[in-house]
Amino acid sequence: MTVAAPPVNGERRLTIAEALREAIAEEMRHDEKVFLIGEDVGVPGGFGGAFGVYLGLTEEFGHDRIIDTPISEKAIAGAAIGAALMGMRPIPDLQYADFLFECMDELVNQAAKMRYMSNGKLSVPMVLRCPVGTANRGAQHGQCPESYFVHVPGLKVVCVSDAYHAKGLLKSAVRDDDPVLFFEHKLLYGSKGREQAGGMDLTAHVPEEEYFFPIGKAVVKREGTSVTVVATHMSLYRSLAAAEELARDGIECEVIDPLTLLPLDEETIFASVRKTGRLVIAHEDTLTGGWGAELAARVAEECLYSLQAPIRRVASHDVPLPVAPIMEQTVVPSQARIKAAIQRCCEG
Amino acid sequence: MRSSVVRPELGSAGLDAAHVLDLYRRMLTIRRFEERVYLLYLQGEIPGTLHQSQGQEAVAVGVCDVLRRTDWITSTHRPHGHALAKGVDLRAAMAELFGKATGCCGGKGGSMHLGDRSVGMLPAIAIVGGGNTVVTGLGLAFKLMRTDQVAVCFFGDGASNEGAFHEGLNFAAVQHLPIVFACENNLYGASTPFHQTSLVPDVAARAAVYGVRGEIVDGMDVLTVREAAGRAVAEARAGAGPVLLECKTYRFAGHSRGDVRGYRSREEEAEWKDRDPIVRLRERLAVSLSETVLDDADTQVEAAIEDAIEFARQSPLPRAEDALTGAYATVIGREATP
Repeated sequence: MTVAAPPVNGERRLTIAEALREAIAEEMRHDEKVFLIGEDVGVPGGFGGAFGVYLGLTEEFGHDRIIDTPISEKAIAGAAIGAALMGMRPIPDLQYADFLFECMDELVNQAAKMRYMSNGKLSVPMVLRCPVGTANRGAQHGQCPESYFVHVPGLKVVCVSDAYHAKGLLKSAVRDDDPVLFFEHKLLYGSKGREQAGGMDLTAHVPEEEYFFPIGKAVVKREGTSVTVVATHMSLYRSLAAAEELARDGIECEVIDPLTLLPLDEETIFASVRKTGRLVIAHEDTLTGGWGAELAARVAEECLYSLQAPIRRVASHDVPLPVAPIMEQTVVPSQARIKAAIQRCCEG
Repeated sequence: MRSSVVRPELGSAGLDAAHVLDLYRRMLTIRRFEERVYLLYLQGEIPGTLHQSQGQEAVAVGVCDVLRRTDWITSTHRPHGHALAKGVDLRAAMAELFGKATGCCGGKGGSMHLGDRSVGMLPAIAIVGGGNTVVTGLGLAFKLMRTDQVAVCFFGDGASNEGAFHEGLNFAAVQHLPIVFACENNLYGASTPFHQTSLVPDVAARAAVYGVRGEIVDGMDVLTVREAAGRAVAEARAGAGPVLLECKTYRFAGHSRGDVRGYRSREEEAEWKDRDPIVRLRERLAVSLSETVLDDADTQVEAAIEDAIEFARQSPLPRAEDALTGAYATVIGREATP
């Protein structure tokens, strides 16, 4: 199913950070069981979270609902899980997705399994916001670890790349009864992203009126007939830019933002692949065992006879992230690499 | 064992004989449950593995006796005693071990994940230290919702060396959460003696560095445990923050099935068995109650266990296909199919 893109000439353009802040504020007003918990989220004179998403929220909601914690990722995740089990709807924050590894037990052994182990009697409605992405921060502050969690039954995994879907999905995630990991790319939060993403306008129309975007639905960002490109975060924008270049050569890319990686919207993606007969997958997560491998396998299982060429994946190379910009940009999927993969896919 | 542990005489806890008899009956239920399920396990009727807690019954029963049904506990890979003490139905617990549809987790949890929402017990968390962080969320929810509920985290001496112990206790302390951390120090983490894993002999001594109150308790005496737990729970309920109780106890059986206990002496085992919490409470009850009354209690417990076993045997198996559902509250897209 194709979900229509939001209007581009709307009168109200927000950054992702602003859209996320609106979503959180609306949900906190809607339901007193929603609260924020994490490092540096509400300290007076502090940062409003590592990326400023929470600025101003403490003034409205107070420290009972914007809870600052020690630097204790296991305790933050555990507190969120336990509170969720008791019927609260926590939004825990660990600052960087790289720090998720500090609380893998809580996420994988507890959050993901409590509902199943209790035979459906308990659930863990929480949304863990996870900033990802390369930004000259090196090996431990720039990973895109979403694929680890795509492997965990019981979790839901969302990747947002624009303000409209960020807000609609975050509101859906807060009201969802399952634990949701919500991955956001650091370079896409606001103005800084515009420069580094090559001058693109990363704001999006966000309506005044309340809306939700469902978990489990992909969106077609650009329609085309030559090749399907499925991409998230920065790779999505680089794919869209590559698509514009390739259109001059007569290659019309259909670019899909999956938005939810678990559960994956196979319907939208398979329909596109059956139409185009070609598939390129681009993500900043590393190649081996990345979510692109799972998607490629599913397309091979279900759409093989629609394919006219081998599936191509473009991902970060299988090394830790370096800091030196020239090295870093070699590791992550560049627009040129994505473009070359699309071209190769369209040769056969 | 610290010599400073005080053992109040029967009655000093202000309990009438009927209440003490009930404590006895509940400890004996746990003892007989584990003895019987171990045999059924060896005979192949119960699948999986078992971690028994014979010897530690006074901790589970003494702590849970001061809790309300609306209070919550977290437990460990050794949860049978905690479950029965908190009120998980005996038949439902037995059926869960048998892997039956009537089990308290529908057969999805098993021995290591016994639990029941309706009596305030999360599915037991079989990762060492796993409950020490999750319990903070229970306490946080009670605080935010302004209820007067309390959460108790049962954990072992082994868990006290996990990072989760530190993060959970420190967070509970700074947030003044209504939690009792109840350590069952049975001297061994699987086969490794606690003194090899900590230069500080008492887990309770660690409380001070988190700014919370710690207390060492004779875990072989249910009345002592009950008194200490009563104080701790009252403090937590009143908003005075978490308390760390360390119950010195002993696991009479091995860590799990294949454990022949070569790492500890038979003399040490005999010393602890001399302090068997059930035998000693029975001796003390015999001062005020007749042998007939006590024998009747024993008979009732054994009958209840046999009833539960028969219930489990007669219960239907879960539907195989139900294994593929229930991981999510809401599923969008491809449903799992057999």
